[in-house]
This record gives sequence, structure tokens and C-alpha cells, in this order.
Amino acid sequence: MKIAVLSGKGGTGKTLVSVNLAAAADQAVYIDCDVEEPNGHLFFKPKKVKTEIVSNRIPVIDHARCTGCRTCVNFCKFNALAYINKKVKVFEDICHSCGGCQLFCPEKAIDEKDQPMGKIESGVSENVRVLTGILNTGEASGIPIINRLLEQGVVMDSQEGENTNGHTVIDCPPGSACSVMESIEDADYCVLVAEPTLFGSHNLAMVHELVTLFQKPHGVVLNKCLEGENPSEAYCIENQIKILERIPFDHKLGTLNSNALIGVREEEDYQRLFSTLLQRIVREVTYETTTDS
Amino acid sequence: MKQLLILSGKGGTGKTTVAGAFIKLANGKAYADCDVDAPNLHLIMRDLKEPERKDYYGMDKAVIDQERCSACGLCEEHCRFHAIDHNPLYRVNPYTCEGCGVCERLCPEGAITLQPDIAGELMLYRKDRVFSTAKLKMGSGTSGLLVTEVKKQLINAVKEEERAEPEFAIIDGSPGIGCPVIASITGVDMTLVVAEPSISGISDMKRILDTAKKFNVKTALCVNKYDTNKKNTLEIEKFCKEHHIHFLGKIPYDPEAIKAINNIQSITEVECPSGDAVRRVFEKTMEILLNESEEIDK
Amino acid sequence: MKLAMPIEGKDSMKNVSPSFGRAPYFLIYDTDTKEEKYLENSAATTQGGAGVKAAQIVADSKVDVLLTPRCGKNAAEVFEDSGIKLYKTREGSAKKNIEDFTEDRLSPLEEIHAGFHNHGGR
Repeated sequence: MKIAVLSGKGGTGKTLVSVNLAAAADQAVYIDCDVEEPNGHLFFKPKKVKTEIVSNRIPVIDHARCTGCRTCVNFCKFNALAYINKKVKVFEDICHSCGGCQLFCPEKAIDEKDQPMGKIESGVSENVRVLTGILNTGEASGIPIINRLLEQGVVMDSQEGENTNGHTVIDCPPGSACSVMESIEDADYCVLVAEPTLFGSHNLAMVHELVTLFQKPHGVVLNKCLEGENPSEAYCIENQIKILERIPFDHKLGTLNSNALIGVREEEDYQRLFSTLLQRIVREVTYETTTDS
Repeated sequence: MKQLLILSGKGGTGKTTVAGAFIKLANGKAYADCDVDAPNLHLIMRDLKEPERKDYYGMDKAVIDQERCSACGLCEEHCRFHAIDHNPLYRVNPYTCEGCGVCERLCPEGAITLQPDIAGELMLYRKDRVFSTAKLKMGSGTSGLLVTEVKKQLINAVKEEERAEPEFAIIDGSPGIGCPVIASITGVDMTLVVAEPSISGISDMKRILDTAKKFNVKTALCVNKYDTNKKNTLEIEKFCKEHHIHFLGKIPYDPEAIKAINNIQSITEVECPSGDAVRRVFEKTMEILLNESEEIDK
Repeated sequence: MKLAMPIEGKDSMKNVSPSFGRAPYFLIYDTDTKEEKYLENSAATTQGGAGVKAAQIVADSKVDVLLTPRCGKNAAEVFEDSGIKLYKTREGSAKKNIEDFTEDRLSPLEEIHAGFHNHGGR
């Protein structure tokens, strides 16, 4: 089962929940799709790490064949090409790698080269296979890395073979932009993590709208719960969203987290907490599929 | 008018809380929320009347006319963004379509056209102050350009005001290091990074500092919730010293802060330790921002 | 020689535009014939790569010099490749800036700003 963990607002405990859920399972694949600021690997400290470079395809002009017809310059919607001094010039940092210029050049004068924009590291940490996506600083978008990560995740899933106890936990980027959408595309269930603040509830509403739009079964984990009013809890109750768990604000867990330690692997209590949460999620999905059919 | 940008790298470090406090302390008359993906600043600003709203158009999106489509599959084959699939009708996913136009040109039946797409909304509050913000539509990808529009909207509105131009504007940035962050950094005079002393926080802090360095902007840093991990806080201080980043102070974890925010108050309006600490960071920030002779940190 | 500058309207009394890539028009001025030509800047409303597109329009007009308050990295590369020299304008009308230039009162533009990376879709 593929479980995506998202939050809308950053810092609510997305990584805490996804890392511990993966650790609590018998076997799991953990995929870090927050490629701008990946954190899961800091907790897992994976071993036997293999690296794969992810690149964009950027056009290369064969000036000898170019006749200056400007078909490429005029076609490019991103204005990444200019014709100056009888030569086509490529502006690599604005190119979106759509491949159009190469396709439509009447002289076949455009080829492509790889330009690295990030990498994927895969390794193992006890019962968890860890896949981390990392965007190079200065690069605008991590979407190609997220796509490749999820492809790899599928490969790993099938490699597990008959192991149906294996789960995939997808740690999503914060927000509700296209990178989040890409990350949840194949998820069977979405766990929304929310904190008890005004900002938290506001952004919970945003991400709730997203998973509803994509018709993803979902539930909420209320994290860092304090005494007093919890605007996020109020939102869930008002909108009849399933509350999967309430994790109280906990100094011990916070300190473990702050030091990049996995609660489930340090204390029995946390092992129980996240194991129960995982079972609850599995039941939710099973219930959904049986009632749907 | 100078521009101060508040960034964090990692989400949830307290960027918007600090930005809100700064605005109150400075009695700010010009500010913007560039976290167009998840704007929060307006939630803690009181007395906001109805803003001026403007549709924001992102890239055009491809649309397939089913009557003309012959299901040849050429479009799906060549779409580099996996935005076209068929089950069984060929359709473009407007969320992943980047408006490149390859499918439009390739289609032998002329069944595909690029059409304007509203990707978000700009909002401008003008009474008593200029506050520029925007919300990107869910699943959208054109955040960088929208951020630029938010800043342009701020600057143009300030110019149109009859009041004297404020000395500086405060901009609440977005988490991460990608497009929207890059778009918000360009053109600002100084950025203040709000860091938190967790291992994740430090890792993310280093990446945002690295990003800021590429754009040659005066950079300063403060640590929020510092007492949740004093050892890591010391590590951050050391890092700043080694890399010539102005270290402006430490703010304690403060449950009063959450109460204040939930009551739509700035932390500097209530008696609380975090409010005092932020006040000190603010004063140091002003010294750097308004100091003409300061050289840009390389 | 021929000059180009970003301008707010189709009149030399209009102000020089504060932006290069997003200026509504370009004024092409011939210092010998005193002829004025106004080009619409189609880059003004483009999603991204405005600097490149605007620079292409200016380069295609075969000018020798560009008078502008600022210029981004990508546009600057286009001008360097085309041999077009950049001079920094002052606040005020295009006409005033042309006078200032012909009387040697404008300095070359030294600061090239980083790209805005405001392209769409990513």
C-alpha cells in the first residue's frame, strides 16, 4: 500500500510521521519527495548508498547545419533561444526541456545533451529501503526528480515480490503546488499532518481541498497537541474528516526528532503508537475498497 | 525603498511569525507575502478590508478537441511532462501541462490548442498601508512568476501612494529553495534566515544559505526555538561565524507565541519572552539593512 | 548611429521605462536622421524569458547602443554577442536621455542583475 504524508504547512511533523510509519512497518520503502529540502535520510542514515544523477535534456545547436530560419526561436514558448550574429544561442537556465526545438528544426540541426539538476540516493536502513531525491541548489524545479523517484519506488515494490506486508511511505513537499500533486498521484491513502495553530488549520484546509479534488482517501494526524483550543481539530470536526491520531506535544519525542533519531527505534511507546497508526491506516484503505466495490 | 526578505529553508521555523512581528515593530506601511503556495501573513494582520483582486494567468494549457482527435497518440508520445494520457480518450492533465506547445504543433488533425489558464489570484490591500499577496491555484506550477507579480504589485502600489515612500518593505518568503524562493530573492537588499536547531533544520538552513549566496544578497540569520536544542544552536552560531553570515540572535520556544498567533496578535504585542527576543533581532536587522556602507557579503 | 531605449509610450516625451524586458515599447532613434520609430514589446506579457525576447527585438533593429536603467544577465549576453553597447539612463523622458547621451553625460551600464527566473510552468 502506498501512503502519502502531506501537510500544507511546513514544520508540522510530516517527516516525523512518515519516517516513523516506515520504521514501524515490517518492511517498507520510504520515498522522500521533498527534493528541495530532503530530511528523511538524516533520520535513517541509510547504508550501501547508490547514487543516480537526474538530468534535464538541453538543446545543442549544430551551427554548421543551421540556416537561420528561426523556426526554433519562434516556437520556444519560454524564450530560451535567440538568434544573434547569425547563430542560435541557447539560454539553458530558462529551457524547460520540452524537446520542441529539436523536433521542429527543418535541418535537423539540434541535438540534446544532459544537464544534471539533482540526484537520487537509494540505500537501506534496517527494515526500510530509503529513496531520497535531492535538487541541486539554484535549480528551479524538482518535478523530474519526483517522477523518477516514484518510478524507482514502483521497481522496488515489485522487487519485494510476494511481500505484501511491505508498504511505501511517501514524504511529500509542503504546500499544494504541482510538486505535491505529482507526489500523491499514485497514493492509495493520504495522511494529512496538522498542528494546532491558526496557520496550521488554514493550510490544512488547503491540502484537504487538494486530496478531495484528487479523490484520495485521507485522514488527519493532529500533531504537537497542546491544551486549549485546536483550530485544526475544529476544522476536522466541522468537515467530518477522520482523525487518525492525536500526538500530544511531547518534549521527549521533540528532542529525539531534533537530534534526528527515530522515535520508533528508540522507545517502545513510540513503536506502539506508530504501529497502531499504521494498522489504522491499513484498515481505512481496506474499508474504503470494500465499501466501494 | 529597500527590501528585507524573511526566509527559512525548512518550513515551520517561524518565518511568518517573525515577519509579522517585524511589521508591527516597524509600523510597516509596505509589506508582501511571497509564499504564494500557502500564504499565511494575512491571517495575522488585523483591519484588513476587502482587497483589490486580479486574476493571474499562468502558462497557457493545451486542450484536446475530442471531435477532431483521431487517437493517433503522437501527442502522448512526445509530451515530456507526462501530461497526456488516454483511457480511452486522449486528455491533457492541466496540472502537469507546461504549455510548451509541442502537442499543438504535432497534432495532424489540428485538434489541440493552447488556451489561457487562470493559475491564481493577486490581492492588494491599500487602505492605511500597502500589502501585496497572492494565492496560487492548487496544483499550479507557475509560482516564480506569481511571486514576481506580488513584488511588482507592491512596488507599483507604493509608487502610486501619496504618502512618502517607506524606507523599507518587509517580505515574507516561502520555504524551500526552488523557483518561488529564487524569484523572491532577486532584487532584495537583505535576507534574514529564520533557522531552527534541529538536524533537519540545520541541513535545510545550509541549503537556503547556499541558494542566497548564489544571488549575492546581504544575509543574516537568527535561531528560533533555540532552547529546544542548545547544542545545535551553538553549532549554527559557529557555522555563521565561519561563513561570514551575520548572526543576529536567539529566540526561545514560547507557548505564549502560539496563543498570540491564534488570537491574531503579534508576539510583540503581548508580554512574552519570544517577543522580547524578536525585538532585539529586529533592532540588529535594521542596523544592517539601513547601513549604506555595508558591503554585500560574498 | 542608432539608439534603442525602453519607453512607457509612443512619444519621446514619455519616460524611459524602469524595466527593460517588460517595457511596453522600444524607441529606436537615429542620431543622424533624427528619425523616431516605436516598436511594441511583445516580451512584456510573456510568461518567462522576457529579457531574451526583448533583447532579440532590439538586436534585430540593428542598433549600436541601448540606453536602459537596468539589464538582466540573459539580455546582457545577447547584447554582448551582438556588439551593442549599454548605457545607463537617468530618470526622466526619453528625449532628455537622448540629449544626455549625445552630450556624453551618460555612463556605461556596469551592473547586470541576475535573471528573475520568473518562467512559468516549473
